[in-house]
Amino acid sequence: MLDWQSAQEDGRESLTQHVSRDRLHVVSSKVPVWSRLIRIWTYRALLLSLVRKELSVKYKNSVLGFAWSMLNPALTLVVYYVVFQLVLKNGMPQFAIFLLCGLVIWNFFSTALSGATSSVVANAGIVQKVSFPREVLPLASVGSALVFLFLQLIVLAIALVVGRDVPAFSYLALLIPAFVDLVILAAAFSVFLSAVNVYYRDTQHLLEIVLMAWFWGTPVVYAYQTIAVPLARHHLSWAFFLNPVTAIVITFQRVLYAKVSPVLATGSVMKILPTGSPLWFLGQLAIVFVVSCVLFVIALSVFGRMEGNFAEEL
Amino acid sequence: MTNAIEIDDVSKIFRLYQEKYSSLKERVIKAGKIPYQEFWALKDINISVEEGTSIGLLGHNGSGKSTLLKCIAGIIQPTKGEIRVKGRVSAMLEVGAGFHPELSGRDNIFLSATLLGVPVKEIASRFDEIVAFSELGAFIDNQVKHYSTGMYARLGFAVAVNVDPDVLLVDEVLAVGDENFQRKCIERIRLFQKEGRTIVFVSHSPELVRATCEEAYVLDHGSVVGAGDPGAAIAALRESLQAGAQVGGAKISDPGKEAEPKAAKVPNVELVSIRAVSASEERPEHIFPHDPIKVEVGYHARSPQLGISVAIQLFSPQKEVIFGANTREMGIEGFDLDSDGVVEINFEDLPLLDGIYGVAVTLIDSGGNPISWLEDRAAFQVVNPSRVSGLVALNFSINSYSVPRIAN
Repeated sequence: MLDWQSAQEDGRESLTQHVSRDRLHVVSSKVPVWSRLIRIWTYRALLLSLVRKELSVKYKNSVLGFAWSMLNPALTLVVYYVVFQLVLKNGMPQFAIFLLCGLVIWNFFSTALSGATSSVVANAGIVQKVSFPREVLPLASVGSALVFLFLQLIVLAIALVVGRDVPAFSYLALLIPAFVDLVILAAAFSVFLSAVNVYYRDTQHLLEIVLMAWFWGTPVVYAYQTIAVPLARHHLSWAFFLNPVTAIVITFQRVLYAKVSPVLATGSVMKILPTGSPLWFLGQLAIVFVVSCVLFVIALSVFGRMEGNFAEEL
Repeated sequence: MTNAIEIDDVSKIFRLYQEKYSSLKERVIKAGKIPYQEFWALKDINISVEEGTSIGLLGHNGSGKSTLLKCIAGIIQPTKGEIRVKGRVSAMLEVGAGFHPELSGRDNIFLSATLLGVPVKEIASRFDEIVAFSELGAFIDNQVKHYSTGMYARLGFAVAVNVDPDVLLVDEVLAVGDENFQRKCIERIRLFQKEGRTIVFVSHSPELVRATCEEAYVLDHGSVVGAGDPGAAIAALRESLQAGAQVGGAKISDPGKEAEPKAAKVPNVELVSIRAVSASEERPEHIFPHDPIKVEVGYHARSPQLGISVAIQLFSPQKEVIFGANTREMGIEGFDLDSDGVVEINFEDLPLLDGIYGVAVTLIDSGGNPISWLEDRAAFQVVNPSRVSGLVALNFSINSYSVPRIAN
């Protein structure tokens, strides 16, 4: 809200010229993807407004407010830690940090997707009354999930300091492409699911189950090598990368957890992360990038085709 | 002049489902055999609106006028055809759409203006203007959920008109708010017209359309059935209303009759002539302020009609209704009309100044339905020899007197 007030003062000094004055707005069922993207871009202020709205509404009237967004993963962490480290004794060194690296990413992904899926339906009121690029609604869910991601990264940073864990500095730059991939991938699924959910309201229920299976299919709780080694034995290593989130999660783990194959107190070597060079990781991320972009374009065109009847279907 | 809005062969088909299947299981099981009826909400509409003109869309409920407005606004997409709108569009389909109850009025101004596509900086520079227009004052920082309906509406309208639109789409929103606020809204719309903005106005109120629009279109069952200046369009609207009332339910069950609806609605009594003349004996040629006038309406009845009431309206040169009377509503007993005759309405003292004033007369049957009307066919001119100006001839006196100063 402070931003708005400062913007208010700026605005008084210099009146902005109208960017969209001569814009020709075409209402038709056939609008190409690139012009949809341009339209979303002109509505970026709305995206920010909606993110702000979602954040300020979410924890309104709750005592702990934003603390919830950090408490929630912290409690999940405790549960997994107790189950896997203390009860099942997986013996991974600094398991809490390993877990947190993956959880933070996964939380972002699942929060974005489940928020976005119901976003168009939940905003039926404005979809039926106001004209704006509807893609902004699921994208705003991704935006607010991003804010929570940053809050949780703070928790992760504190954990790194407390656990005296040293990140792998030579891999540090990989966080940027991993982060870009993550956002585009989440946006692609969000846009697609929000449109489908208008027609098939099962989507939001189905998504819960799919997300749970997907979570266990991603090396968050267990180490990448636990699955990769047996897969490699059957020449199926590629199968693990069918899941685009894997490359992103292992990159984060490689950078922040940074224990590839530590030697345990018992003297044995535990294989946790892939041994690849930064370039190998970059290659994986590049593939995910291409896949994400293709998915995003597909999602936009599906959304565009379904959008025409939103106001009636809601 | 270029066109601000071009509606190019637009059709919209709604599918009306008997039941709504929105779960996957039901859709799979009933795939391809969900019963639905196609409903043409709009059919081959072609309208172009020049920049800076105001048009009205008229029609009875379900005629498709709001659907057309939603298509222009881009809220729904036409099934066929294309609509091109130039410049920034602001649609007031519902005031305060997009307000979030938990947020304060201030935050909602930003939210709903960005929803209309306005950059944040621009909203910020207009913020004070918006708050002033909404008359909310200190309440602007309260949560919107604590607002009264009127406050909510005022804030919504304030945002919509302050986004500096090139094309303004208005749908019946003026029905909310008190009279003072309505007047303010209409003033604002007139200001927009002066500034050369394009306005599309959907209304149930022909009078509002007559007073504000330069052109009007009448929709009936999704097609344009009348177009032109508001007077002609309103006449077409009344005709289509009457056609709908008389043919009634038969239309749906018996589509064969739809081809010739005109034949069904030859009324039993018709107005055939109308004239407004001076009733003054001194100067039958001219009408001066405070002169008597009479309106003579000739009718032709095909069969005796009992209990017919008469409604009369006088219009100012700006086409606003300055007087309206309906003998049925006034409790005056209806007239029995037969064959040919004249209804004479006398105004003994017409307190009007210069201008050409229009007259419209409607005959109303004993059930309250309009059966025949004439408008834009008669007018009278008032000539004002005195030096006062304006619309209404008020009698006044003036004097001056001094007040002795009271010494302290």
